Amino acid sequence: MSGESTYQPNNGFTKWMDTRLPLLRLAHDSFVDYPTPKNLNYWWTFGGILTFCLVTQIITGIILAMHYTPHVDHAFNSVEHIMRNVNHGWLIRYIHANGASMFFLAVYIHIFRGMYYGSYKAPREVLWILGVIIYLLMMAAAFMGYVLPWGQMSLWGATVITNLFGAIPLVGDSIATWLWGGFSVDNPTLNRFFSLHYLIPFLIFGVVILHIWALHVPGNNNPVGISVKSEQDTVPFHPYYTVKDGFALVVFMILFSYFVFFAPNVLGHADNYIPANPLVTPAHIVPEWYLLPFYAILRAVPDKLGGVIAMVGAIFILFVLPWLDTSKIRSARYRPLFKQFFLIFVMNCLVLGYLGAMPAEGVYITLARICTIYYFAHFLIILPLLGLFEKPREIPESISASILPETAASPAE
Amino acid sequence: MCRIGLQYRLEASVSDTNTTGNGMTETKIASHQGEPNRRAFLHLTTGAFAAIGAANIAWPLIDQMNPDASMRALASIEVDLDAVEVGQSLTITWRGKPVFIRRRTQDEIRDAKNVSLDALPDPEADKSRAENPEWLVMVGVCTHLGCVPLGQAGEFNGWFCPCHGSHYDTSGRIRKGPAPKNLEIPPYQFVSDSRIKIG
Repeated sequence: MSGESTYQPNNGFTKWMDTRLPLLRLAHDSFVDYPTPKNLNYWWTFGGILTFCLVTQIITGIILAMHYTPHVDHAFNSVEHIMRNVNHGWLIRYIHANGASMFFLAVYIHIFRGMYYGSYKAPREVLWILGVIIYLLMMAAAFMGYVLPWGQMSLWGATVITNLFGAIPLVGDSIATWLWGGFSVDNPTLNRFFSLHYLIPFLIFGVVILHIWALHVPGNNNPVGISVKSEQDTVPFHPYYTVKDGFALVVFMILFSYFVFFAPNVLGHADNYIPANPLVTPAHIVPEWYLLPFYAILRAVPDKLGGVIAMVGAIFILFVLPWLDTSKIRSARYRPLFKQFFLIFVMNCLVLGYLGAMPAEGVYITLARICTIYYFAHFLIILPLLGLFEKPREIPESISASILPETAASPAE
Repeated sequence: MCRIGLQYRLEASVSDTNTTGNGMTETKIASHQGEPNRRAFLHLTTGAFAAIGAANIAWPLIDQMNPDASMRALASIEVDLDAVEVGQSLTITWRGKPVFIRRRTQDEIRDAKNVSLDALPDPEADKSRAENPEWLVMVGVCTHLGCVPLGQAGEFNGWFCPCHGSHYDTSGRIRKGPAPKNLEIPPYQFVSDSRIKIG
């Protein structure tokens, strides 16, 4: 897809720049005249939406850091100060807090889209791996950000998650102490979490640039999963996908605004409006909704180290997904069995999320175990076998032929 | 609107026969007409809508750096002056800045009143600076670059800024040095004979 550049500098300054730092040429070739498969559907608009989410989080986060105090004695009050005193502070904080949820909502859709249409398969394995790295960084940023308001959920969430490292044999306790900078989650922990919470979004931004670079080498996958064969299969990115992405972004913003303005605390937990108290743990402690499936997997395993391994493995298994799926067919459209197993997998993830929010007792534990086993079976058994035994549907000869069957014989418009 | 719509349909039918699939041909044909068409109308309204939206989003992000409610709540304070004798000064903090409250001696008041306004870089009569001549109330921040001047110092026995050598007289007016203005008089009023409200 990285063909000849069509950029034409049209005045003295842009010509002068073009021979020194061809930034405009890069932008033109990447986002204006970039040849894009002409059959991309709305599931492909989440890349743009995610970029928007990242930029929103960075801007609102920099602003919040202007008013926030990372100290155990002041953190909770400084958040209340933001809510009550700072001009529009309530708006900026609610955008940032709900922005995290919106970011994860969009990234989950983006990841499931990649799974459904086989976007992780050759030649896009590196693109996929970079995406998983972004997802890991997002989880780290979200977790540390949740600690900063220094409410009860902040303190006890941080305590539970950092204690996971204590499960590591031999060095676990030393690592936990090292993470805390003390013997429990305390002021040094809050300080370093604030520092890292500020750093990670910029790391994400860097990996996003690599992600887009890795995308633009092979070009976009598309709903039929066939590679672009000729110019007939593509349209220029602008105006076709700038407008489509823009429209999807506006719809997404409506949902975002609904939460910010009408239900700003519905995705959070009321206990986090109680100042952190190291002497009392809340009765029912849960992470934010976007981490619930992994929390369910952690609790499903009746062993400290085993639970941690299962939870970490559930994420890290995504790194090797391109090699676990043995099918050469990318899109689920032409994989009748995979399509059904994919749906079961999505349902399984949602059920795991539900179980993560329920108390760890009785039938919930049993169900969480079944779902955890299925989660791993999907990757380790179903995907490798499907590629060997599934009989795919007939693949169209080109992207154009898939959407304009009557012109397939003479594709010259 | 009706006419615009009709024209657009005409253009669309023309361009249908010419288009090469990149969407540019249609725009070029349309731009030859010299009249606003539907596409131009949509471009303009969409752009205007986006610009207004962006401005609305930008304002809270900018305004958050202005003084917040807790700062604005500190905008005025009251000070008790009972303990201040003639020839003594009190320095208090108002909005994070020092405010000099000086109970001037008769000599200082006389010096301040006996200056010809022509001799002043920033002409201002003493009586407009100190309504009650015994009490001089000023923001103690040099008008040059913001240092705090020293009291009863300098060539005019008023205030002297050690940073860059600005000399103020007994009315706090600039007399010599780089400062452009007299020391600022904050808004204040006497609540009673011995109580003053600043701000």
